[in-house]
Amino acid sequence: MRDDRLLRWGLRIYTALVFVFVFAPIVASLVFSFNSDRFPTIPLGSFTTDWYVKAFSNPEAWDGALRSVIVAAVTAVLATAIGFSAAYTDYRYDFFGKKAFLILALLPPTIPLIIMALAMLGWLSMFNASGMTLSIIIAHTVLCAPFAMAVIRLRLNQMDPNLEPAAWNLGASEWVTMKSVVIPFTMPSLVASLCLTAAVSFDEFAVAWFVSGLNKTVPVVILEILTGNIDPQVNAIGTAVFLVSITLVVIAQMLIMGRAKKADHA
Amino acid sequence: MSDPNRTRPDYYAIAWRLPLILWQGLFFIGPLLFMVAMSFFLVKNYRMEAAFQFSNWERMLTRGFFWDAYFLTLWLAFLATAVTSVLAFPASYFLAFKASESTRRWAVFFLIIPFFTSYLVRIFAWQVILAQQGVINAGLSFLGLGPYQMLNTQFGTMVGYLTLCLPLAVILQTFALANIDKRLVEAAHNLGCGRLRTVFTVVVPLAKTGLVVAAVFCFILSFGDFVAPYYLGGSKPPTLSIMIVDTSKSGQQWPRAAVVAIMMIVTLLVVAFTAIGFAYRKRGK
Repeated sequence: MRDDRLLRWGLRIYTALVFVFVFAPIVASLVFSFNSDRFPTIPLGSFTTDWYVKAFSNPEAWDGALRSVIVAAVTAVLATAIGFSAAYTDYRYDFFGKKAFLILALLPPTIPLIIMALAMLGWLSMFNASGMTLSIIIAHTVLCAPFAMAVIRLRLNQMDPNLEPAAWNLGASEWVTMKSVVIPFTMPSLVASLCLTAAVSFDEFAVAWFVSGLNKTVPVVILEILTGNIDPQVNAIGTAVFLVSITLVVIAQMLIMGRAKKADHA
Repeated sequence: MSDPNRTRPDYYAIAWRLPLILWQGLFFIGPLLFMVAMSFFLVKNYRMEAAFQFSNWERMLTRGFFWDAYFLTLWLAFLATAVTSVLAFPASYFLAFKASESTRRWAVFFLIIPFFTSYLVRIFAWQVILAQQGVINAGLSFLGLGPYQMLNTQFGTMVGYLTLCLPLAVILQTFALANIDKRLVEAAHNLGCGRLRTVFTVVVPLAKTGLVVAAVFCFILSFGDFVAPYYLGGSKPPTLSIMIVDTSKSGQQWPRAAVVAIMMIVTLLVVAFTAIGFAYRKRGK
């Protein structure tokens, strides 16, 4: 049918346009980061690495980068541990209040970040715990744990429910079974969760901005540069940050997709 | 699976339950409850004092500027939700029905990428692209059009909201559409139902739950975002999220910001539950 073909091509072009819109700002910031104009337009200016030089000699950016890495790493470990325990509980147990437990586990992403930021600032200030790197880690763990739980829970779905009882029958205790059966089985999702939660933490700015005080992470540095003026340094920092995040995400995706393929064959 | 006669508590089970309960109780529920309490506190000499006064509530809710911001935010979020849902649908339809399995997988993979690129950097890129002398206006001037003012308008805010919501909306809608029973669609075709009519009377109702969930996420994201209305919309008049930033960052008026935040949460709950109730309502009742 000619009609059908026309429709298919129309939809294909439309979908391509949607992708153009989604990726336009990402590609633009990459291009602008090598462009000499302070206010880029077409035709583009000449090629330059000045913005990278400027960004990389900005001590605040380095300071922020180091802090971001620490925050992301610690957050990833904490969120993955909490996410794993919640996913395992959901997988194995049914108990009074389980619904409330699941709501508690999955609710945080539905609260706007700016509200979490304010609430966290008030709460942590009451314990004199705001304005520290630790404050950011605490807050980011709250935000990231649900993602960790979701990723790990998907993997547990693929675990045969008789696997654990089999180990117990062979004389292993519950703890030993956890260590030598469950954790090895979920390992790909644990690594995927570490990468994903690190990437989420690495890019989060609202909560970090409110609770960090003078201990700025990279996104907070970017936010403050933006508030000041048009400064293409942001593109250079953004491109560098993008490379870090995207590496983490690709690793996570490969682990998730790889295991999906394996499950298909099984 | 545990021994029913066992009387000692199941430490193993409790050990796996506790981390989430403790952490999210202490650092998620705790802050939210404290924020409610904080909305009754007083600020004296730039310091917050515990109190139980309604003055913050009174001050915010009796002023026109709060309600102006409230309805503006509500309008923008609804508009963003509608625009995103409509713009996402044909793409999701293509990915779910017309694209191959591997195209769909790659499309979803690429749509996940934006979540892990800095939203701020993307907004900054839009600032430059949409500017008076920016890429789009320069392009249009070759055609003899423009320049158009795009920054500091509601159009700018919408571009920001779309940047935030569109990838997620396409992903969720694609999953919703891909999960419906294709035989029902074919049956409609075989019975002579036109293509557009099939979309509206068969496909959309079947995928209703997923489509509504996608819309709810768009609403939540755009309702709470302060970056798009600030950097692309020009921040004047302010939205509720900008109001939270302004009131809490300058003047340490955390209690008043808490009032705004609570109003936002209540609104989100009402909208989300109404929408979900609508999504799960049985048809024909």
